[in-house]
Amino acid sequence: MIFGIPIQAFLGQLLVGLINGSFYALLSLGLAIIFGLLRVINFAHGAQYMLGAFAGYLLLAHLGIGYWPALILAPLIVGVTGIIIERLALSRLYDIDPLYGLLFTFGLALVLEGVFRYYFGVSGNPYPVPPLLAGGTNLGFMFLPIYRGWVVVASLVICIGVWLAIEKTKFGSYLRAATENPSLVQAFGVNVPLLLTLTYGLGAALAGLAGILAAPVYQVSPLMGSNLIIVVFAVVVVGGMGSILGAIVTGYMLGLAEGLTKVFYPEASNIVIFVIMAIVLLVRPAGLFGKDA
Amino acid sequence: MTDLTLREARGKSSSRLEWMLVALGILALVAAPFFVYPIFLMKMLCFALFACAFNLLLGYTGLLSFGHAAFFGGAAYFTAHSIKVWGWPPEAGILLGVAGAALLGLVIGFFAIRRQGIYFAMITLALSQMFFFFCVQAEFTEGEDGIQGVPRGFLFGLIDLHVPLNIYYVVLAVFLIGVFAIWRIVNSPFGMILRSIRENENRATSLGYSVANYKLAAFVMSAALAGLAGSVKAIVFQFATLTDVAWQMSGEVILMTLLGGIGTMVGPIVGAGLVVALQNMLATSDFPVTIATGLIFMVCVLVFRRGIVGEIYARVFHPAGSSKD
Amino acid sequence: MNSAAPLLSVRGLNAWYGESHALHGVDLDVFPSETVTLLGRNGVGKTTTLRAIMGLIRKRTGRIDFDGKDLMRLPLHRTAHAGIGFVPEERGIFATLTVDENLILPPVVAPGGMSVEEIFDLFPNLKERRNSPGTKLSGGEQQMLAIARILRTGVKVLLLDEPTEGLAPVIVQRIGELLAALKKRGMTVLLVEQNFRFASRVADRFYLMEHGKVMAEFPVGELNERMTLLHDVLGV
Repeated sequence: MIFGIPIQAFLGQLLVGLINGSFYALLSLGLAIIFGLLRVINFAHGAQYMLGAFAGYLLLAHLGIGYWPALILAPLIVGVTGIIIERLALSRLYDIDPLYGLLFTFGLALVLEGVFRYYFGVSGNPYPVPPLLAGGTNLGFMFLPIYRGWVVVASLVICIGVWLAIEKTKFGSYLRAATENPSLVQAFGVNVPLLLTLTYGLGAALAGLAGILAAPVYQVSPLMGSNLIIVVFAVVVVGGMGSILGAIVTGYMLGLAEGLTKVFYPEASNIVIFVIMAIVLLVRPAGLFGKDA
Repeated sequence: MTDLTLREARGKSSSRLEWMLVALGILALVAAPFFVYPIFLMKMLCFALFACAFNLLLGYTGLLSFGHAAFFGGAAYFTAHSIKVWGWPPEAGILLGVAGAALLGLVIGFFAIRRQGIYFAMITLALSQMFFFFCVQAEFTEGEDGIQGVPRGFLFGLIDLHVPLNIYYVVLAVFLIGVFAIWRIVNSPFGMILRSIRENENRATSLGYSVANYKLAAFVMSAALAGLAGSVKAIVFQFATLTDVAWQMSGEVILMTLLGGIGTMVGPIVGAGLVVALQNMLATSDFPVTIATGLIFMVCVLVFRRGIVGEIYARVFHPAGSSKD
Repeated sequence: MNSAAPLLSVRGLNAWYGESHALHGVDLDVFPSETVTLLGRNGVGKTTTLRAIMGLIRKRTGRIDFDGKDLMRLPLHRTAHAGIGFVPEERGIFATLTVDENLILPPVVAPGGMSVEEIFDLFPNLKERRNSPGTKLSGGEQQMLAIARILRTGVKVLLLDEPTEGLAPVIVQRIGELLAALKKRGMTVLLVEQNFRFASRVADRFYLMEHGKVMAEFPVGELNERMTLLHDVLGV
């Protein structure tokens, strides 16, 4: 017992928090990468997450393509649609107020959500846990469904992998330099417009990957992204978008905070992240990892 | 959004033309219920006032709030509850709705003005979502059903609001008073300072204005007027539900303003009229409203950032300087 | 004078910052292996000329021919590949990149550039600090790094904007030595410089700018005869 709560329930909620945190981290990572370079807040990030989950669901339902190939294909599909959108539309908005990028991607999110609602309704569709990850294991102090453990590990690996790719590779150095001063990097002979396109594609693909990872945990539903994205915005405000690592760490932290709240004061679990956001705004307006206001 | 809001490009002759158009518009609204279904007109007027209130913030102060549903829907709840449960008269219910929205605006604005631009938008969205969750759980909002069957009652104990023409002219009067108030605010010294903040915040700060206070004041005024629209809507439709506090509603009011013309007096009214008409049309068809809304958003942002009225202004009243952006 | 064809030739170059018209028809030529300096007071358009040649200012008209290519038609990221390198006034060292990463950031556009080893031999300070963030270097070291990273790329022409600004005399002297060494290797340099004494040591030829255009042109040998004019225009 911890503070009068059975340890099983406590750890169970903590695990739920960690799972949610995994998705917060993955999504805010993608948002931070896109924002850093394109100065666009990608409102469609939630819709792209939903698109990833639906890509997996449709691949399975219509083509019999299972989880493992979908783990590659779904992000690829979402990434390619992202690239098309960037080329056709977003690239025209870079020279004007960044608020227009937010409004455009908001419209895009509405269209994507509307289309899937039209064809699939609002009720969720189950996506089976892949056989390799089915079942659970008894850790002695709690029962751990293997798929949930996999989600936590996979998202950690992806986050750290993306972070390393940005910090340690040549592509990453282009990305960081262009985030600081895009026109100088372009004057050096780097194809920055292409870099912007690829970065948006990468960010969208990350959202798609989060979506297919989430499919067996949550129901695959057209609305799965829109409520999530608002929470992720709060996560991003708390973390500040200056730092990639900051976005990741804040995502996990707030997921855990949400899980803990569910244990001690369930009524507030929906709003605890917003409350934390308000407190951070009072104490440190630039965000926990933000560099400037 | 300073790059395309209309500069005040109004010469004297065009100003006279404008007043004539305004007078014509008011006459049309007075005559309208004899030709068009009043409930539809009242819906338009409520949303038009909502959009004008929103535009006070976006168009004249340069702040994009993504959380105005909280004020609109929150006021609707306060008004509906006070009338239905406490038996308050409509005018007191509306007053409570406006005061409640102003208070909400004070709280949300207090946090949101600590950041600028895109962060401001995200913070207002997050805080209004928090209010949404509060409404989902609170007792007085009556949960998923919302507050239904709100009696319209008698305004000042005299005017029977169950009579369609009576309530229509009351709504029209509230709308005109609200828009007039916004017009006065925009053209007052206070409004000039707001615009200078929109044009260049740092310069306004260096001129000695406490920008934060002005922003907060504008935010509270905008919230209160949005609340006025929400309160009246609750009485007209006799209910208040979660739809009015959801983030989609915040998106809708942005769309109305963007479509009509950010930073123009008449634009949000035109935009609201069009969006409400479109929604009514689509309600009977198979085509989902969200797709239409989303598409209009994308098209407006890509090729039509001045909005309808902004575009007319640029071409008719100020054709020379319209080559910007 | 040089009898060869110019490597870089600019004719009737106009440029705008938004609505403000900054260049009013600049004409200039830079011949192979020459160091040419643009002189002029603040705000006459020297930096703007470099930025317009580089393509960093897109609102421009006129002709810019370089090594047989029409630079007006190239998108910004193709200009460097034609063989032009740019060192901006503010140096443009990236804070989130290490010294090493800053050094190898600009892509190699042609063979014949310096190798990283050669650069480290020339600038031992940079080698010592190769893993620190670029902006942790001193002002002089940052300027060295800004020039060094362009030398790696194998460009034929270096556009150098005020390399000595705000630096101690010792460092200025080192930059002078560096430019001399570059000239020996056959590098062509178009330099913008406020430090007249420095410019007079390194340049072969001068263009004097006023009000967004070139008002005079003369080789280093005529410097003494031109002092009255320079005094009037520059106040030196």
